[in-house]
Amino acid sequence: MPKINKDSTLNITFVGIGLCLLCSAIISLIAIQLRSVQENNVILDMQKKIVSSAGLEKVYGSVDSAMSNIKTLIIDLDKGEIVNINPDTYELAKELREDGKYKFLSAAEDIASIKKREKYSKIYIEYKDNEINTLILPVRGYGLWGILYGYLAIEGDFNTVAGLEFYEHKETPGLGAEIDNPKWKALWKGKKIYQEDGEVSLKVIKGSVSETSSNFFYEIDGLSGATLTCNGVSNLIAYWMGNDGFLNFINNLQKIDV
Amino acid sequence: MSKYSEILFRPVFKENPIALQMLGICSALAVTSKLYPTLIMCVALTVTVSLSNFFISMIRNITPSNIRIIVQMTIISSLVILVDQALKAYDYETSKTLSVFVGLIITNCIVMGRAEAFAMQNPPAVSFLDGFGNGLGYSVILIILGTIRELFGTGTILEYEIFPLVQNGGWYVPNNFFLLPPVSFILIGLIIWALRAWQKDQIEEPEFKMSQNSPEIIPNPPPTPSSKAAS
Repeated sequence: MPKINKDSTLNITFVGIGLCLLCSAIISLIAIQLRSVQENNVILDMQKKIVSSAGLEKVYGSVDSAMSNIKTLIIDLDKGEIVNINPDTYELAKELREDGKYKFLSAAEDIASIKKREKYSKIYIEYKDNEINTLILPVRGYGLWGILYGYLAIEGDFNTVAGLEFYEHKETPGLGAEIDNPKWKALWKGKKIYQEDGEVSLKVIKGSVSETSSNFFYEIDGLSGATLTCNGVSNLIAYWMGNDGFLNFINNLQKIDV
Repeated sequence: MSKYSEILFRPVFKENPIALQMLGICSALAVTSKLYPTLIMCVALTVTVSLSNFFISMIRNITPSNIRIIVQMTIISSLVILVDQALKAYDYETSKTLSVFVGLIITNCIVMGRAEAFAMQNPPAVSFLDGFGNGLGYSVILIILGTIRELFGTGTILEYEIFPLVQNGGWYVPNNFFLLPPVSFILIGLIIWALRAWQKDQIEEPEFKMSQNSPEIIPNPPPTPSSKAAS
């Protein structure tokens, strides 16, 4: 092997450029190879959260077969109507960046402390025998450290909760993050959102709910040490189930056929 | 044979990168609040440091000494990107919590330290072993931290309940202090203490010696201006 002068300018240039080209080629190649798997993962992860918010993976056996019974729709929140937009291109973060696609909330309106609300929302409907069985709605609101993002699933009477699942939050592990505890999430099933007079009454209380309470169906046990997170959850239910949230759409659903 | 096993196992207890060389502490604090991400982090770092040592050693004879750090960084960061991409593809759940720390392996001193101290002087196969050994040394400490922190912080190990929690009708009140990064400092300190009590040669020479507390050899301090003013 001939001895090369490794500190010559020629060798520095050669090694520098050669190494960069080689490394970038390998990275690009592998990134392209893995891209479809990665994109699939993101979609699957989201689907899993949507399906498990309503507890449907147990009903259908798998996330895939549950998704085949679920229809994705884009709705106009103010009018409460379905709009003809391709759900695959919809992305919440993008909607909240584009002018005209969101509105700022005044302090009085902004119960859930989210500052901006999108004009269009992406919702999911599960059908059983051509009837709406579950309505899965995206909800969000400020907890203690950041915004909680989740899905609220409502049964076909548009009043009974089927489940609640958060897919992104920054709450304290062991305290606020107990909103992911399966035992706590199970408390939501069967609770009612609206009182007889149509007011949103479902909320998380301090301590545990008494079985004999007249509000039994409107209250969820609080998580100890996580009062602010629990308030955040109550607020987001109040906001998204109210007039500014999905109430217009839910009222329309009872009249029209989807 | 013994030479190779020496290279492989020396960094585990005798020259542990965290406990003796005090490298890679940052990620040891950040990722160890749960055991599962800790294990993934250990694998990611071990793969990166072994392969980077291997490739850097392969081209050590043509690497110009002026730009050797840049060459090492290019190889290390390429490997880290690959590890991160693979994690996103095959363990998406973990990658969501770990992604930023995997990216920070680039700045982990263990990786560059081994490249500079070992791979630049030794052939590829031995360098690979050295990298792997240092990865093991890092992993041992991280796994100890991850196990202790998850067990006392959430009462579980690998999400499997060991101490039944109060929330689920048991008796254990999780100690949230264990979920905070500073507790790793304390645990690493205790590990170093234990390790040095066992391997006495790891104890460093003190830089300063404390003087004996004997009043005879300390001369009386001259009266200070303030005491004069007071009198």
